[in-house]
Amino acid sequence: MSTATKPPTAPKPAKKARPPKAVESQRSRAETNLARKLVAPAIVLMLLVTAFPMLRALYLSLFSYSLTAPDDREFVGLSNYVTALSDKLFWQDTGNTVLIMLVTVFFELVIGFAFALVMHRLIFARGVVRTSILIPYGVITVVSGFAWQFAFSNNNGFVNGWLPFIGDDFNWFAQYDSSMIAIMASEIWKTTPFMSLLLLAGLAQISEDMIEAAKVDGATWFQRLFKVILPNMRGAIMVAVLFRALDAYRIFDNIFVMTAGANGTESISFLTYRQVVEQFQLGIGSALSVLLFLSVLVVAFVIVKVFRVNLADARQES
Amino acid sequence: MRVRPTTRRRQLAVTTSLVLAGTLLTACGGDGGKPTLNWYINPDGQDTLNQLAEDCSTDEYDIEIQLLPSSATDQRTQLARRLAAGDSSTDLMSLDPVFVPEFASAGWLEPFTGELADQVLDDDVLEGAAQTVQWQDEIVAAPQWSNTQVLWYRKSLAEAAGLDMTTPVTWEQVIDAAASQNATVGVQANKYEAYVVWINALIQGAGGDILDPETVEDGRDAEVTIDSDAGEAAAAVIQMLADSGAAQADFTTSNEGTSLGQMYPEDGPGEFMTNWTFVYQNYAGAVGEPGGPPDEAALEDLGWVRYPQTVAGEESRPPIGGITIGVGAFSENVEFAQEAATCVTSPEAQTQLAVNEGLMPSRQSVYDSPELAEAYPADLLELYSDSVDTGGPRPKSAYYSQISSAIQSRWHSPTSVDPASTPQESAEFLKAILSGEALL
Repeated sequence: MSTATKPPTAPKPAKKARPPKAVESQRSRAETNLARKLVAPAIVLMLLVTAFPMLRALYLSLFSYSLTAPDDREFVGLSNYVTALSDKLFWQDTGNTVLIMLVTVFFELVIGFAFALVMHRLIFARGVVRTSILIPYGVITVVSGFAWQFAFSNNNGFVNGWLPFIGDDFNWFAQYDSSMIAIMASEIWKTTPFMSLLLLAGLAQISEDMIEAAKVDGATWFQRLFKVILPNMRGAIMVAVLFRALDAYRIFDNIFVMTAGANGTESISFLTYRQVVEQFQLGIGSALSVLLFLSVLVVAFVIVKVFRVNLADARQES
Repeated sequence: MRVRPTTRRRQLAVTTSLVLAGTLLTACGGDGGKPTLNWYINPDGQDTLNQLAEDCSTDEYDIEIQLLPSSATDQRTQLARRLAAGDSSTDLMSLDPVFVPEFASAGWLEPFTGELADQVLDDDVLEGAAQTVQWQDEIVAAPQWSNTQVLWYRKSLAEAAGLDMTTPVTWEQVIDAAASQNATVGVQANKYEAYVVWINALIQGAGGDILDPETVEDGRDAEVTIDSDAGEAAAAVIQMLADSGAAQADFTTSNEGTSLGQMYPEDGPGEFMTNWTFVYQNYAGAVGEPGGPPDEAALEDLGWVRYPQTVAGEESRPPIGGITIGVGAFSENVEFAQEAATCVTSPEAQTQLAVNEGLMPSRQSVYDSPELAEAYPADLLELYSDSVDTGGPRPKSAYYSQISSAIQSRWHSPTSVDPASTPQESAEFLKAILSGEALL
């Protein structure tokens, strides 16, 4: 007869012992107070340089206010927002901005990932290749804008000569489509290295064991890429896309240099700049800058939602 | 007694602090000597302006030149940024006349009063120039030099076309004459301020105005009058040139410089061109050079007459430009700066600018001076002074920048201008802009 033996029950996990409540010593309290006092000037300074201008813009956006006609200043409530949001120009410029953001981020992600793979797998001349790839990011955007403007110029540029399907006298900056292509090409060239740098950091965090295991299981290169590498890089990709999308959304320099907004190539930042700096319209200009700020928040929110990444996980926090 | 190291370090620290504090205090306090007046100039005629700054410095103050960017928009922006911040180091500034109402309305210019006012704006100052320095019954700047536009042309071209240039000519006559000879008409039709200069002159030449002159200084409440017979006449001229064979190849992006080369092309009869006063010295100094007259005979073939009429029989209103000298309202040396302004705008200073730099005077007495008679043909001097005296200013408004941009956005491209719709559309847009109901 067999004796049924009671299977051993798994020991209950020991209740986490709550650490005894630390009694704050007088010295500890004094240190905390000192820390607060030491940090206070920095917080005040930060509020002055960040919060004050934002609140000031919010306040000014409620006025009809031209710098050159201070006597005409008048409280108009939300009228400036209504004017901006009901104006065709605002939506046209927003459309341009979104288009530039989507196209440039897409190309930068693809090309940047390819660069990151190259940099990650390099065995020799790693330093030279990495530096070469990163050089464009070291170029100031205004300088890069001028360089690309010269490159696309129909008088002394080389782009027309390189493209067999384009006439030598084709003026890239004479119409909307080609102007936008030139602007986006400059933007992609300039910031792809930044994207590849962030993706390279993501690649470096993927365990080689996982990739080896996939290899042993017979996974092809594409399967390893799409089933192992990319899913494990979701956090890094999201950070890269988020940073670049927000950066692209406030595009200004390239447009300023290459077209100055001609042929309808203006971005929302450029529109805001023109209202405030060129037209001195502080009221409507402030309203536009507030709208720009809000739209940046929306873009950030959408990207975080689309990638469904917990930022704490992405930082590998517990 | 042995000095402890810590004590020695403390002494060193105290000494260093005292030296540093002393240095800083000296730097902050200045030497208490005579003040330096900063004069922000645009890059035209720098040599003579430097000389004027030196000549007009006195035992009480020195004048120092500060250079502004070359583009008028950038000049305005830089000065406005300083003045909006209450910059006390902006003492004197060279201002394009269209900036004067904006800056005066913002309270950035110190008005000239009393004897100084009588000095900067007496009967000798030509009417067109005098109008540009007044804002709401105050004299807010001193006219230094005046610019105006005339019709430049090749005498041989006009003769071949059978156009009598001894009597006033109309735009229609000029365009037809050019087209009949396969020649062109040079204008400024790029999307920029000079295009508004052309439109304004055309409208005023037909007896109208972009804004009602009676209400133009009322800012947002100004009455928009561009949708009028005069507006239609102006649009008709632009349409006529756009549709004719006389339009230049780069008509829609043309500026003051692009049409210069069409006067003396390698082949062809030359052109008619409306342009500023710099043209004469430009060609006179380029004989035998590329783009210039091939020889003295070709230079002799250069003709000039009054700005063309928009409407036959109605006197034209040539554009007015130039430079006025404003004094910063936040300057710490307003009295000295105003005294200096009278010096750098004096008849002697204007003579030097005209003879050395080709920047024409705003005073009749200078046009009559022997120095200018020697430097320029007599009939050209008479034409300039007459044009400045009877020319038409652009709208004097604190919102001029917006007005100009609004006009540009509805009248550009010139090939799309239609007398039946453009004046009306631009009037509606301008009203919306002035009332803050549309974006530019």
